[in-house]
Amino acid sequence: MEHIKTLNTKRLQNTVKEGGCGECQTSCQSACKTSCTVGNQSCERR
Amino acid sequence: MIHQFKNNGYNIVLDVNSGAIHAVDEITYEFLGLWDQFGRDSALSKMKENHPEVSEADLTEIQSEIDQLIADGSLFTEDNYEPQIKDFTARPTVIKAMCLHITHDCNLACKYCFADEGEYHTGKRELMTFEVGKQALDFLVANSGSRHNLEVDFFGGEPLMNWDVVKQLVEYGRSIEESANKKFRFTLTTNGVLLNDEIQEFANKEMANVVLSCDGRPEIHNMMRPFRKGAPSYEIIMPKFKKLADSRNQDKYYIRGTFTHNNLDFSNDVIHLANEGFKQISVEPVVAEPSQDYAIKEEDLPKLFEEYDKLAAEMMRRQGTDEDFNFFHFMIDLEGGPCVYKRLSGCGSGTEYVAVTPTGQLYPCHQFVGNTDFELGDVWQGVKKTELVNEFKHCNVYAKPECSSCFARFYCSGGCAANAFNFTGSILGNYSVGCQLQKKRIECAIALKVHESEIKEAQ
Repeated sequence: MEHIKTLNTKRLQNTVKEGGCGECQTSCQSACKTSCTVGNQSCERR
Repeated sequence: MIHQFKNNGYNIVLDVNSGAIHAVDEITYEFLGLWDQFGRDSALSKMKENHPEVSEADLTEIQSEIDQLIADGSLFTEDNYEPQIKDFTARPTVIKAMCLHITHDCNLACKYCFADEGEYHTGKRELMTFEVGKQALDFLVANSGSRHNLEVDFFGGEPLMNWDVVKQLVEYGRSIEESANKKFRFTLTTNGVLLNDEIQEFANKEMANVVLSCDGRPEIHNMMRPFRKGAPSYEIIMPKFKKLADSRNQDKYYIRGTFTHNNLDFSNDVIHLANEGFKQISVEPVVAEPSQDYAIKEEDLPKLFEEYDKLAAEMMRRQGTDEDFNFFHFMIDLEGGPCVYKRLSGCGSGTEYVAVTPTGQLYPCHQFVGNTDFELGDVWQGVKKTELVNEFKHCNVYAKPECSSCFARFYCSGGCAANAFNFTGSILGNYSVGCQLQKKRIECAIALKVHESEIKEAQ
């Protein structure tokens, strides 16, 4: 495309079917302890 | 729903519900804004009016690119997740993570400590015994269902003040992993005062992550993190932290600081830590009652936004060089990030995650410890206040009206329940200052990804 550059191929709507296993890390156990950030975490099934 | 923003010279469009991120030229940026507001055909007419200098062919080309992305599910996608999230949050939950308050005591007297220098507003300084800790691990295993990975964070107060019990509990945990078919991920949060070679060696062998508390520049760190009689702590902890970070190959740790109203120029603290050689850095805004002189105030926000932009610009400059580093809140996993359930169902406090006090009481998370209204039960009897657990279970973005129109909801999961409670009196509230900072951080994180992809393309 000339005008639009798309960075990523993963689409959240595609995770509805196979997601939700719950094996991922709990948000607050990483480095924060005072906020809630999930966007920077990774999927265990990756 | 789309979210448009400009950051460090980039025009960025986030398609909120699909997570697709687009970098666009100036004219397309405006076109998309009009499209969002007035729809496809009116947007084209308005663009023609606004930009007689742009050829019709160019505008039609942009329109067809947008059409294609809509067809691909990458622009103007709908939020259709609510029914699934409601089902998901209503499911029977298991506990998979535990914050083990191994010590309610501390050798520092940090001025902003939410743990009340370790006492958690109980007026008592306590150490967890091995027996209580063992029962906590047994409780976790027994309540974790088929979940394989179990997380246990040794927290305080200062955990190294009860180090022997930490070691015994790790040993106990490992001894039951095979028979229970579980894998413990132990982590440790420490102020570093008591860190030594023996502890470092043990931590490197057993701890999946170590969080090292340091606020950045010596004068900032020492102002907020003195010893009990006021002596500075930076000079004692810094050499130990450097040694530990290197011994872990600059991975699987965070040096973590807190910034306050006293250092609104906190980007300098992050850069200080980076210049000291740390590669994994997390520096966060203090959460404090507005009456505290160090609390972040609404009027501090413009300066803090500038600081995040400044930090992002510096990180862009360092990308791909030896000076590169990770900043926890600017990290974003675009291809392997969490599924939509994880993103929308809340942080898990009170359901998948609990905190355990030195005497074995259970709380929804470490931030609630000491507020006995939130005591859920104990490690012997288990969770007794099921109605409270239910409240936490249904605390997700769809239960928070303000989240429904917010682009950040897929990245913050509705925010911290404890902050919401402390500032609004309800876990379903929104802590405004925290939300605004979170949104700014997400924009910077995305801009860094755009920059990274430009660098890769240029190579």
